[in-house]
Amino acid sequence: MNEPGSTAMVQARGLRKEYGKAAGLVRAVDGVDLDVAPGETLAVMGPSGCGKSTLLHLLGGLDRPSAGELHLAGQRIDQMSERGLARLRREAIGFVFQAFHLMDELTAVENVELPALLAGRSPRVARRRATGLLERVGLADRAKFLPSALSGGQRQRVAIARALTNDPLVVLADEPTGNLDSEATLDVLRLFDSLHTAGQTLVIVTHDSRIAATADRLISMRDGAFIDETRLTGGSTGHLGALAGLEG
Amino acid sequence: MQQEVVLALLAKEPSHGYELRARLRQALGPLGDAMNDGQVYVTLTRLEKAGLVASEQASGVADRPDRSRPDRKVYELTAAGQQRVAGWLTEVSWPRPDLAEFHLKLIAAAAARLADPLAIVDAQRRELLRRLRDAQRAAMAEPDRSAAGLLLEGIVLRLQADLRWLEACERTWTKRKDKS
Repeated sequence: MNEPGSTAMVQARGLRKEYGKAAGLVRAVDGVDLDVAPGETLAVMGPSGCGKSTLLHLLGGLDRPSAGELHLAGQRIDQMSERGLARLRREAIGFVFQAFHLMDELTAVENVELPALLAGRSPRVARRRATGLLERVGLADRAKFLPSALSGGQRQRVAIARALTNDPLVVLADEPTGNLDSEATLDVLRLFDSLHTAGQTLVIVTHDSRIAATADRLISMRDGAFIDETRLTGGSTGHLGALAGLEG
Repeated sequence: MQQEVVLALLAKEPSHGYELRARLRQALGPLGDAMNDGQVYVTLTRLEKAGLVASEQASGVADRPDRSRPDRKVYELTAAGQQRVAGWLTEVSWPRPDLAEFHLKLIAAAAARLADPLAIVDAQRRELLRRLRDAQRAAMAEPDRSAAGLLLEGIVLRLQADLRWLEACERTWTKRKDKS
């Protein structure tokens, strides 16, 4: 594990989040240490209520920790001002949610360009960027569609394009395939894989084992703490034939 | 009947064949009904020939004419038998979809205090996740709606189902551990 100030993209030390008081005290995140390397895809898995979504909210500056330190690309963010944090969320972090959270009254391309406009880019630059991203997620021909005219999988791909608009340091995804069928899930997995290849740092909390299995590293979380870590890269098993009942 | 299952059930303490049968019944519930009563004895006899268990006539049955029948014997593991059980507990077997074998492995490991059932679940999960990764990667490389993609989806779904069951195993064995 690296020390603060090292090369980790996301780094947490003794991170804690408590709700309630005295007997009703709940430690949703209970002393977590975490290092996410630049370009790494990390999956955090665990049952509902294990604290994984709270953890993601802390990492993304949507919520403040009760204790502990949090660094993003070497910068300490847990004590940042509200204004600084809002700016960070807008420009350095990409969020992807289970329920997409697109603006219903904006078209796909308008949704994707919005973060660029909020960050002060010119409308022309923002539109060009958004158009390029929609192409990247395979939805160039859906740019003028409202979210209501898109399938769940397409909406999530628009949401992923939006998360990338400001070239974030890290993309944080909360159950990104939770509302998707098998085929749409495969599309989202392919998309995450292409982001990974492009060097994007990704943290995904999920209970979808398909996502977990395609990450570089998998952390299991229970009762607010990390209980297990599995590195999944390397050592391909080559048992696909056996899995299909073709041998052994 | 898999030999290792019978061996592992003996790991807790020397037992009569009928005790082993009762333990299997308890562990398998209605699924155990499909088991032929003679299977346990056939397996015990084979295991004895292989030197993995040793038997002794039970005391207090001298008045019975059938004292040499296998169901009157008390069986125990030999050193070689102990070794075989220890090896079986740590081995991860899939895709053979033998849920009952895995289930009995956890029960035997806990009863004989030979291994932590949760550690066995963890090892199995890692293995399944590696295979899911391979299958998922292969599926992602297939064009939409290809024939091979459909087969790969079947493999992915089956692995996911097994992983969900492992979660249930973990929950149950965590609770049992907390109680004891």
